[in-house]
Amino acid sequence: MNFANLEELAFKEQRRQEKYRRRIFCCTSTACLSAGAGLTRTTLDQAVAACQCDEDEVEVVQTGCMGLCSRGPLVRVEAKEQEPVLYGNVSADVSQQIIARYVPVGQSVDNTEPDQNEEQLSSHDFLHFRSSLRTAEKKKELDRHIIPLDSPFFVKQVRIVLTETGRIDPDNIEDYLASDGYKALAHVLENMTPEEVCDEIQKSGLRGRGGAGFPTGLKWHFVRQEQEPEKFVIVNGDEGDPGAYMDRTVMEDDPHRVLEGMIICAYAVGASYGYFYIRGEYPIAIRRIRRAIRDARKHRIIGESVLGKDFRFDADIRIGAGAFVCGEETALIHSIEGNRGTPRIRPPYPSKSGLWGKPTVINNVETMANIPSIINKGASWYTTIGTEKSKGTKVFALAGQLRNTGLIEVPMGITLNEIVNEIGGGVPGDAEFKAAQTGGPSGGCIPSTYLDAPVDYESLSKLGSIMGSGGLVIIDDTTLMPEFARFFMDFCVDESCGKCVPCRVGTVQIRKMLDKIISGEGTPEDLQFLAKLCTLVKNTSLCGLGQSAPNPVLSTLKYFKHEYDDMIQKDIPVEAGNGQN
Amino acid sequence: MNMNQHPSGDERYSDIDRTIEHYDFEKDALLEVLNTAQEAFGYLSEDLLIYISHQLKVPLSRVYAVATFYHMFTFSPLGEHNCIICTGTACHVKGSDRIVLALSEEFEIKAGDTTPDGMFSLTTARCLGSCGLAPVIVFDGQVSGKETPQSVTKRVKETISLSKEEQLV
Repeated sequence: MNFANLEELAFKEQRRQEKYRRRIFCCTSTACLSAGAGLTRTTLDQAVAACQCDEDEVEVVQTGCMGLCSRGPLVRVEAKEQEPVLYGNVSADVSQQIIARYVPVGQSVDNTEPDQNEEQLSSHDFLHFRSSLRTAEKKKELDRHIIPLDSPFFVKQVRIVLTETGRIDPDNIEDYLASDGYKALAHVLENMTPEEVCDEIQKSGLRGRGGAGFPTGLKWHFVRQEQEPEKFVIVNGDEGDPGAYMDRTVMEDDPHRVLEGMIICAYAVGASYGYFYIRGEYPIAIRRIRRAIRDARKHRIIGESVLGKDFRFDADIRIGAGAFVCGEETALIHSIEGNRGTPRIRPPYPSKSGLWGKPTVINNVETMANIPSIINKGASWYTTIGTEKSKGTKVFALAGQLRNTGLIEVPMGITLNEIVNEIGGGVPGDAEFKAAQTGGPSGGCIPSTYLDAPVDYESLSKLGSIMGSGGLVIIDDTTLMPEFARFFMDFCVDESCGKCVPCRVGTVQIRKMLDKIISGEGTPEDLQFLAKLCTLVKNTSLCGLGQSAPNPVLSTLKYFKHEYDDMIQKDIPVEAGNGQN
Repeated sequence: MNMNQHPSGDERYSDIDRTIEHYDFEKDALLEVLNTAQEAFGYLSEDLLIYISHQLKVPLSRVYAVATFYHMFTFSPLGEHNCIICTGTACHVKGSDRIVLALSEEFEIKAGDTTPDGMFSLTTARCLGSCGLAPVIVFDGQVSGKETPQSVTKRVKETISLSKEEQLV
């Protein structure tokens, strides 16, 4: 199948969508599902069926994440020539009210008493329910569920990676095609040489979104220049930071975008096979990517001849089995090869000797998802977003003690203050903002004095934290920092693969010191020793896990030393735990 | 009798065989095979590891080494009811450790253990990715958010006493 056929499919799908007077989008991503979106979805469907209206009247679409996870389940109503309306906390009852508000009843509705044992919502019952809503009070009740789309949470965001999440049905390739899907791939195959693709990506300034921030175009150039006939592309979806779920959301909600990025990458570097390495804890992401690969194969977007061109590419999935260290690229390669996921010394880098010793590109999910937009709109457009050294946007999973939590995409260079107080809506209740934790167990805590710092790779690392993969957890004054540092150290002790001594032994010793200090038995010498030990582990560990494991301790020692001092000087045990509630 | 079937007649072994065939007996597919086995049996018994080693022609030592490296593989059966508590950062900040504490006190087991009567397992997970709803738990496959120690303990206790009653009847 060539691209003209796909365009035809896309056109047909656009016509089909335009036919409906209203389209009702129901978020069915993991967070909303946990809040009961499954029931919301079936109730919407049943209520629409009960209306027995014209077929062109309304379509209910299941979509991915709409962002404001703390208000889930979310439902958005889009009508022709009207502003979209977003509803939050949509229970089964609210879904019926939404349908009653927007969907007219058909002319020949069958309003007879239902038969017994009907589980389906009958038209009779629904019409009855409908008539009970005619009071002004009931209307107000539904209005209270409306979330204003002009609030800072939405206005402050710039969506590139998340353009289509929350808008398209991830299981429907036509929906993706109708939103300019695979257009970038077609353009690349038609008009660009592999070298030009690498150049374009390098010019865009895109850097790896997995955390380290290595320039993506440069990495592609390295692999492209290798003479080996067999090369591989790996998409790293082993998102292990606790508190981070950006990559999962992108894979679940817009799987074709990641696949398209991957195929473009394969063309650029000369690879003919690719792997998605996805955490086993993400069953929905695995299912959706698997389906995307199958559908793409069916439409000849991948296979012996990609879009009818002289370029062969196929992809498969490898499932991770719960090891944080496998996010490290050499460990990930060992895991795909069916071994223990332990890292090895670099160089040689995977771009020279990766999977089965062949040149391999490994890119994070979010990095890949940026590619189609960069090709479609051009590198010069991309460079207008962000700061001098950090271009584009970053997706963050905003969590912790905030009014609005969920998934956000912001331009690089935005200040933490804007994220916390405008997008996040500030800390709820009487509690006070204490610190923002970025980068999970490899990152650090940034105190309120640095809230004006711009969010980019360099500024964050100057503050002793890292950009990380995108976890951003806000802590209020009910959390004690030494205890919080121990929480991360617990994680690193569990996740250290045991290969190198500094990480395997060092993390255990750091935790012991923290235990001692938290229990009130620490001495001032212990604090000095702790700092020294952290630096040692940082400098001598084999891979990124060990090298960054001390960051949470070091950054809290830097900004919240008084809390450590308090525990030592007072000589009384400080109650562990976080006194929430 | 089908010659390809496992002598025990247990159908679940054919799941494993199918995965092995799907990957053309490639030794690289060890993780995929272990994943299938974990899913089919719920845990990896010693017999199962020996079977996989034999079928895939990979030394048992390597099967064991790989299986014990990854957290998702377990080596003893779970209890009849299972509560997973998310201990990711967001859930931690919102007090998930107090839920773990409440349940371990109530049932006198540590996280990761099963009660002696096999009725209840308490497990923790590193981030279930529903951070907007922290703290999050999964009880018998049902995900729920914004939980408290009281709400979880109550639900677990009720479910278990109900299922104990059913067993008596």
